Amino acid sequence: MLIRKPDPITAAEITDPELWKQRRHFLRASLVSAGGLLLASQVAARQAGETIPGVSKSPFSTEEKPTSFEDITSYNNFYELGSDKQAPAKNAHFLKPRPWTIKVDGACNAPGEIGIEDILKRFPQEERIYRLRCVEAWAMVIPWVGFPLGALLQRFEPRASAKYVAFTSLYDPEQMPEQRRPILDWPYREGLRLDEAMHPLCILATGLYGEILPNQNGAPLRLVVPWKYGFKSIKSIVAIRFTEQQPLTTWSQLSPDEYGFYANVNPAVDHPRWSQKSHRVIGAGLFAPKRPTQPFNGYAEQVAGLYAGLDLQRNF
Amino acid sequence: MERLLIRIAKPLVFGLALTPFFWLLWRLWTQDLGANPIEELSHRSGDWALRMLLLTLTVTPLRLVTGWVGVMRFRRMLGLFAFFYALLHALVWLLLDQGLNWEAILEDLAKRPYIMLGFSALVLMLPLALTSTRGLMRRLGRRWQTLHRLVYAIAILGVLHYLWLVKADIREPLIYALVLMLLLGVRLWPKVRTAWRAWNPALFPQGVEISSKRP
Repeated sequence: MLIRKPDPITAAEITDPELWKQRRHFLRASLVSAGGLLLASQVAARQAGETIPGVSKSPFSTEEKPTSFEDITSYNNFYELGSDKQAPAKNAHFLKPRPWTIKVDGACNAPGEIGIEDILKRFPQEERIYRLRCVEAWAMVIPWVGFPLGALLQRFEPRASAKYVAFTSLYDPEQMPEQRRPILDWPYREGLRLDEAMHPLCILATGLYGEILPNQNGAPLRLVVPWKYGFKSIKSIVAIRFTEQQPLTTWSQLSPDEYGFYANVNPAVDHPRWSQKSHRVIGAGLFAPKRPTQPFNGYAEQVAGLYAGLDLQRNF
Repeated sequence: MERLLIRIAKPLVFGLALTPFFWLLWRLWTQDLGANPIEELSHRSGDWALRMLLLTLTVTPLRLVTGWVGVMRFRRMLGLFAFFYALLHALVWLLLDQGLNWEAILEDLAKRPYIMLGFSALVLMLPLALTSTRGLMRRLGRRWQTLHRLVYAIAILGVLHYLWLVKADIREPLIYALVLMLLLGVRLWPKVRTAWRAWNPALFPQGVEISSKRP
């Protein structure tokens, strides 16, 4: 498979690694000092900040410099923890990602459940440095830790009739306080066509920057589909179901002419209220110009084939 | 006494109205604007433009309710601060967000209704800011008042601009919309009452109707 060389990145856009490491130390120190109570309740389980052992590199990673840990973990769209970008980090402590079980059922021969610690043990974890393009026209580069979604799906033996995969996030207003308000139709739901889900670029993430996934980034397990807008990459998954019909997805249900089922990154199809031709790179600085958005977020060579013959203007 | 109050209160209000601006500058200087500083500058300047606009529209109802005429002396200042923050908001968009990419700017203006609304609000504010001097106020007389009624349209455009750009959680823009409706409603209420009485006089005793007549 051909791996596209990423666009060059200017030195000014790169965050000095020493800088983000310092910030992480600071973040961790403040967590430790302020989080005595939290620690007490999570002794045995692995938690955000803990290193994931045995993570291998992947040829699918981009060579672009990752966005700083601080930016990745303080600028989040995770409406269950608050609808402004800073809220999920502030409300992250409500979410209890251990213990955690994911139920897999629907059109498959071996339905069942799998725990998060089991997932970390059974599936070899890789680092996947991916571009993330939000539908709001900003972008990051995130060094995820995870494994191919296909590997997990195969374990449950999908039947030939399975055409789609439906994902559901946790519904628990105790852990996700904003679910008390009907901003979206909770729980958050997403879906992929089965061939999209089986694509090697499509992963389930368990961590970032080599460590257990922080709660605000969708702990303990989230989808990452790097060629689609960020909202497809559903967080804090509790259920996966093989279906024969295209599943309902949260944003397209709320506003079908703004958010489609496919949601492939496409500079040629604008969001009705804003342009998708270019995006802002988070961390690039106050005067950095926007960068042109690439079809399929720069992963066209790997994934465009999935959509041969499909009208991407209509199936946005 | 009234004079002294104004002499102290005016610089105080002026300073308070500038605080958000200096706070933004300070956060910019200390790199405390978060992961997306341009968005933060844009959102906060927009917030303050709307807040100043709504405060400006609160002055007249406040006079009616409290009977304190002195409050009118703050109206122009607050209105000009609304213009100041709206201009700042537009400059953040033009210079930082769009990087003076005129092609993108014109396309956004033509294709995005919420940008069009915000931009029209700013353009309409310009003549009000320019005719806000005491001299022009006197010279324009009644026409000044007619012209400055544009502020109602500006406020409606501004609130719609905010409402239209939000993705799903419309709580905050709705609060602005409710406050605006209240402020406009207060102004319309006497007219509505008069019209209703004229339409259905039987409901009201004669004496009350006469005494409630407005000059």
